[in-house]
Amino acid sequence: MTRVFERTKGLTEAEMHYCPGCGHGIVHRLVAEVLEEMELLKVTAGVSPVGCAVFAYNYFNCDMYEAAHGRAPAVATGIKRVHPDHCVFTYQGDGDLASIGTAEIVHAAHRGEKITTIFINNAIYGMTGGQMAPTTLIGQKTTTTPLGRTVEHSGKPIRVAEMLATIEGSAYIERVALNNNANIIRTKKAIKNAFTAQMERKGFSLVEVLSTCPTNWGKSPVEAMQWLEDEMIPYYPLGLFKEV
Amino acid sequence: MSRQLMKGCEAISEAAIRGGCRYFFGYPITPQNDIPEYMSARLPEVGGVFVQAESEVAASNMVYGAAGAGARVMTSSSSPGISLKQEGISTIAAAELPCVIVNVMRGGPGVGGIQASQGDYFQSTKGGGHGDYRLICFGPDSVQEAIDIMYEAFDIADRYRTPVLMLADGLIGQMMEPVTMPEFKSAAEISKYDKPWAATGWYEGCGKPRAVINSLYIEDDELEALHERLQSRYRQIEKNEVRYERYLCDDAEIILVAYGTISRVCRAAIDELRERGWKVGLLRPISLWPFPSQAVYQAVAAPSVKKVLTVEISAGQMVEDVRLAVNGVKPVEFLGWPGSRIATVEEISAKIAQMREG
Repeated sequence: MTRVFERTKGLTEAEMHYCPGCGHGIVHRLVAEVLEEMELLKVTAGVSPVGCAVFAYNYFNCDMYEAAHGRAPAVATGIKRVHPDHCVFTYQGDGDLASIGTAEIVHAAHRGEKITTIFINNAIYGMTGGQMAPTTLIGQKTTTTPLGRTVEHSGKPIRVAEMLATIEGSAYIERVALNNNANIIRTKKAIKNAFTAQMERKGFSLVEVLSTCPTNWGKSPVEAMQWLEDEMIPYYPLGLFKEV
Repeated sequence: MSRQLMKGCEAISEAAIRGGCRYFFGYPITPQNDIPEYMSARLPEVGGVFVQAESEVAASNMVYGAAGAGARVMTSSSSPGISLKQEGISTIAAAELPCVIVNVMRGGPGVGGIQASQGDYFQSTKGGGHGDYRLICFGPDSVQEAIDIMYEAFDIADRYRTPVLMLADGLIGQMMEPVTMPEFKSAAEISKYDKPWAATGWYEGCGKPRAVINSLYIEDDELEALHERLQSRYRQIEKNEVRYERYLCDDAEIILVAYGTISRVCRAAIDELRERGWKVGLLRPISLWPFPSQAVYQAVAAPSVKKVLTVEISAGQMVEDVRLAVNGVKPVEFLGWPGSRIATVEEISAKIAQMREG
């Protein structure tokens, strides 16, 4: 019998803890497949964040770190400077990257640090129980915006890809989404381009992935995908923002 | 080896490099700016890397990344900056990684001042950041001793897989003294500390486990197992790494306990008082954690000793450890001021005169 498909070698056998309908599992697999296809697993160190992906070090089948909240780009900088020929990536959520870790992500990009960041934007803090993120949409109800986020009180959601694309050290910045198969295929392509930019030492690379959090959004997985498409994509336009 | 005149911060930097340090991540803050400045010029000459981080928080997390990747790495800062570095330091301690941190202490709290101080003793010797951990902490009294400590610090950090803190102060960092710089440690000396746990690349069958550099121990029993490892290591450190100097303690009636810069003023006072025939000695802790409790107790328990005086550039921090060590067998008095005011020889002598009468 011919084997036509198998689990990527980039993932361990560990059972993932993610909720039904969560996008993390999809993105983990895409990242792992890209690392395997690019034959980088042997020389890769990944950095997991604080947040829902905190246990990513159990799932990616390569050397892994776990960083303090928001500091993954600083940790990745330390690794990359010691092993400049290795592949180093961070995997971060929107609380981690767009709130507590803004200094680290901005300056990793600013230095043109040769690392790749996979940024999961699901418009909410997942692990801590559904609080407002900097990416939470106007009107969106969270456990710390019980009446819905307002501009007056919390400002407008931050657009990370656009912001980082303005920084000279960025080499590849793209925003993608998981709402349909075509976009998932596009996501994998973007991830590959980002890792390629790193290995070609062009500079900092980031892929922002619009993802779902059915549990904290209070929606079914199907409703969540629809909400991503109807509400998130109009505010967070998909596309390539920077490529050098 | 020839003698040369060197400034404390630069001597510390060169000694670190000769001790095998090749990576430095830091952020400017007075009075330790000569360290990052020196490192930025010197490290590239020896194949190393200097990075000026965006903040102390980031710098300490860069050290975490580099230490986990198997490097000999350090950072330096001064008091307010060390507070910001505690996140990374706590993480590094919890992940059982070696690194070296230099704190060139200045006055606090808050932004405080920029003159020398010993106000960070509590922070340095009781852990510093959150959680139940310790740093090996040394407090040199001269530029030469700072060199000797830095030269060995990376070996000690590697041996115990723990951060080592060099607790200098603004005077040690900024003054120039004649010193002898040791030779570069050989590659063989450095590579004897095998690091199979480091993230240096991995594949199935490569002969070592996949590296997971981590400070998260979500299960109670995993966290407890970490603490068992840490505590057992700390007991070894307490056994092996205690350092101190006894100066004229053998016949002393009053024993001074002081470390770092202020211990030199104490020594000058003792020399003067000895000329008057007063029997005064000095017990100088060099390792602040592990604290030389046994040595302090033995020195003060001698029948000749009537009283103990702790002198610090603080409102009284190490004096608590001195009192614990003395354990009530002799009265312990304190001389010092918070901020950066340094007791003079005259003030110390006057205090001792008062203790002799009282």
